[in-house]
Amino acid sequence: MKSPKSNEALAERKDFIMTKGDNKGNIKCDQHSLAGAVSQRACVYSGARVVLNPVKDAYHLVHGPIGCASYTWDIRGSLTSGADFFRSSFSTDLREKDIVFGGEAKLEIVIEELMEKEQYKPEVIFIYSTCVVGVIGDDLKAVARKAEEKYGVRVIPVESSGFAGTKSKGYKAACEALLNLMSDFKAESNRVDSNKKAADRKNKIKEISDRSEDYTGMNTKEKIRVLQKKLRYINSLQTGKAIDDFKNKKIKEQVEKGKYRKKINLLGDYNLAAEGWIIENYLNEVGIELVARFTGDSSIKDIRRAPTAELNIVQCAGSMKYLAKRMQQEFGIPFLEISFLGLQDSLDSLRKIARFLDDQIIINKVEKLIARRLPDTEAKLKIYKNYLAGKKAAIYVGGAFKAISLVKQFNDLGIKTVMVGTQNGKESDYEELKELTDSGTIILDDANPSELEVFMREKGADVLVGGVKDRALAYKMGIAFFDHNHERKHPLVGFEGVVNLAQELDLTINSPIWKAIRSGIDE
Amino acid sequence: MSNLKRLNVNPCKMCMPIGAAIAFKGIEESMLLMHGSQGCSTYMRRHMSTHYEEPIDIASSSIDEEGTVYGGEENLRQGLKNLIKLYSPKVIGVVTTCLAETIGEDINRIVVDFKKKNDVKDISIITVSTPGYGGSQFEGYYLTLRKIIEQLAESSGYKSSKVNVIAASLSPAEIREIKKILDLFDLEYTMLPDISRTLAVPFTEDYSKIPPGGTTVSEIKKMGDADFTIEFGDLVDSSLSTAVYLKNEFEIPAYRLPIPIGLKNTDKFINILAEISGKKIPQSLKEERGRLIDTMIDSHKYNGEGRAAIFGDPEMIYAVSSICQENGIDPVIMATGTDLDIFEKKLKELTAETRVNNLIFSDTDFEEIRNYVNEYDINIMIGNSDGAFIEEKDGVPLIRVGFPIHDRVGASRQQNIGYQGSNNFLDQITNQLLALKHNNYRKDLYKEYYQSNNDKKTSQKPEELKVGEK
Repeated sequence: MKSPKSNEALAERKDFIMTKGDNKGNIKCDQHSLAGAVSQRACVYSGARVVLNPVKDAYHLVHGPIGCASYTWDIRGSLTSGADFFRSSFSTDLREKDIVFGGEAKLEIVIEELMEKEQYKPEVIFIYSTCVVGVIGDDLKAVARKAEEKYGVRVIPVESSGFAGTKSKGYKAACEALLNLMSDFKAESNRVDSNKKAADRKNKIKEISDRSEDYTGMNTKEKIRVLQKKLRYINSLQTGKAIDDFKNKKIKEQVEKGKYRKKINLLGDYNLAAEGWIIENYLNEVGIELVARFTGDSSIKDIRRAPTAELNIVQCAGSMKYLAKRMQQEFGIPFLEISFLGLQDSLDSLRKIARFLDDQIIINKVEKLIARRLPDTEAKLKIYKNYLAGKKAAIYVGGAFKAISLVKQFNDLGIKTVMVGTQNGKESDYEELKELTDSGTIILDDANPSELEVFMREKGADVLVGGVKDRALAYKMGIAFFDHNHERKHPLVGFEGVVNLAQELDLTINSPIWKAIRSGIDE
Repeated sequence: MSNLKRLNVNPCKMCMPIGAAIAFKGIEESMLLMHGSQGCSTYMRRHMSTHYEEPIDIASSSIDEEGTVYGGEENLRQGLKNLIKLYSPKVIGVVTTCLAETIGEDINRIVVDFKKKNDVKDISIITVSTPGYGGSQFEGYYLTLRKIIEQLAESSGYKSSKVNVIAASLSPAEIREIKKILDLFDLEYTMLPDISRTLAVPFTEDYSKIPPGGTTVSEIKKMGDADFTIEFGDLVDSSLSTAVYLKNEFEIPAYRLPIPIGLKNTDKFINILAEISGKKIPQSLKEERGRLIDTMIDSHKYNGEGRAAIFGDPEMIYAVSSICQENGIDPVIMATGTDLDIFEKKLKELTAETRVNNLIFSDTDFEEIRNYVNEYDINIMIGNSDGAFIEEKDGVPLIRVGFPIHDRVGASRQQNIGYQGSNNFLDQITNQLLALKHNNYRKDLYKEYYQSNNDKKTSQKPEELKVGEK
């Protein structure tokens, strides 16, 4: 029985939904979910977990009752080229008495077990905080510090109590944990610097300060310039400049040794179905080496030396732009927002990276790569376009960058986007979506199944693009479904990705079952 | 066997609220509201949706930081209002989570207050306290059924001839099978919960967001008048048992049975139906039984080579171990993540006559299970799809039963109970053992008797010996 009321959105939700072309202001977004509205969102912990968990050789310990560890055990498709500790779910499995008396004691025992049992050899332990831990007030920092002192490994707390914000806050918590790990680099370079060069530097500073300059034949202005230069040099020896020198020297050494001309980091890729490897292959082909991947197929070692890169490229901005900004502050690494989802975006991104690195050989190699891959990809897409043009798509995904790239790709394939929404989009994302879509398209933030149902029906969508939870809804409505979730088993990035996308769309939209299920017995 | 480790690696259990969610899905026109952080409901929806392949709508009161500090009452009230507006349910289950329990939310009081201030007399709101740290999905499921009965069942003073059937957490197809068997005895019954339609919704062009089917409130109310109660929950503590409650409160005789998987367990169920209905066992069932026995004989030598690890929900482990035991498949490892005292005792009794040294664990995890699977030469695993990790890593085949099953389709169509279901289930196990045999015996015998001798004769390995090797 459908209630007539159920077809109306809740009054409190009205500002979160807009129709392109209607002259109202901006969409409301980035707010806490409405109680009872069946939001598709998860929690802070979930955000932290998805971003941080792919670090393959770290131990990811969930401090809390079992559910949080149970529902997130190995559910994402991040692939690894080496260790796979991250595919196991470690938990303190808190019980009633731990809640009453505090969970710190159990956390200490569990860390001890991790450190002392033969089968584990943790170098880094991330401790995720959960709802309960945030309430009973376990001091994770204190426990972590104690454990670090006792065992000489890094133990890094992740501030991810579920209730304390939205998923985006969890992304930040994960980024903070990564920065914490990268601070090892700073400490290390400082240590190397101080051990080896402290004496040298001291002497050098003394020598320069003591040296009397020869000002003969100089006017006052010139004298000041010489003095300023001298001061700057002394300054640079005394402060962080030494770190940069160390870093630059390292890069130079490595680049000279290898075939790569530049070293960069990839942020916001989780190597789902080898997507990170595909991007890395492109970059390698044009002469760029990846220092660290954040965080698909990343290792502790890679992350620790990430500060040596000269550029960060950010794929999923929603989860990792924060890290890029912070790395810019901390290590002076500039960043570029790029996207390898979609053909045009992939080409643009490759060119953008090459241009930024300002290296003619890389620029040429990028054009070569594009020339080699593009014709075949376009030919394949043309075939699928025949089958897909004119279809109507509804999109509801977690991150806005996915939604934006999907709309672009659908436009290229001649598919009309009739509804598009995200769980965690920001105002600027929705502005971009508004630009990209036709008049009449429904745009919505933090939607619930009732809204998805109503708008898909109203707009006559042929396919829904979404996560695991939305699949059953589409199927129950007799609508095709495209899996754009973290469990996917085929890559959607780059040249191969756009073809995979078209192929899967065709497979589901044009399946013979849609015709078959609507024929047959007369009622 | 006691478990001394504190660190849990790869959980063999879920939390209480998901048990509550499954139970409420079998109540007609019901919706569930989880009082807690937004993430809980989302995780559980995903978990259930991939298993049942159905849309699973569960609301959350979305307690935020403010709610955590000052109390989540307003979130719960608003959540109830919005849920009613969106879904117009007849029944609302309000269950707690870790967060709500830890900040000390009194859901009973809040709901009483809500009922007073709002016109919701047509809606039954049932409260269940299910802290995630208070137990596993197993306790959550049975506690919820009991709370539904405690808060709804009445006695009219007149006895009915109906039978209360308290279902274990089975598949929708299995619930349909139980109903079919009850019908064969012409029994009138109330199935609680009844997920046979709600979690296996036939496709129609007219989708409704609360699925059709489920136990109705009026039926539940009359459960206090019933003639008998049959509860599939032999390992369930009496404090969580709905049958025990109905017996104590309304003097309804209770039969507490294991899940009818295997000959012995199905016989128990069928004999009780014959007894309470006063009817002879129908010929069709007798024939099904005869066919199961025929299969048991035909397959016994293949089954005799089975060394099984069985894991998941305690009640399911008991039933699966039982069919293994009576068919000569050694249930070498029986392991649950649920912390349950009676588990070891019951399974020891069940396997008293087997020659192997059975390993029985409660409150364990998959790391421990995996260690023993390898140490004890297990050749078949039977349990939920969380065992897939071991299957992938160590190559031990997994027969998927129970909840959850994430990596195969058809969980809601699995039918492993009664004589017919047991027959199919046994075939699955036997065929897996046969596949192992046929895929390996040539290689194994070659290795053991030809290759080893040849290795002795010559230190140089002939090239062709590599053929067929891994």
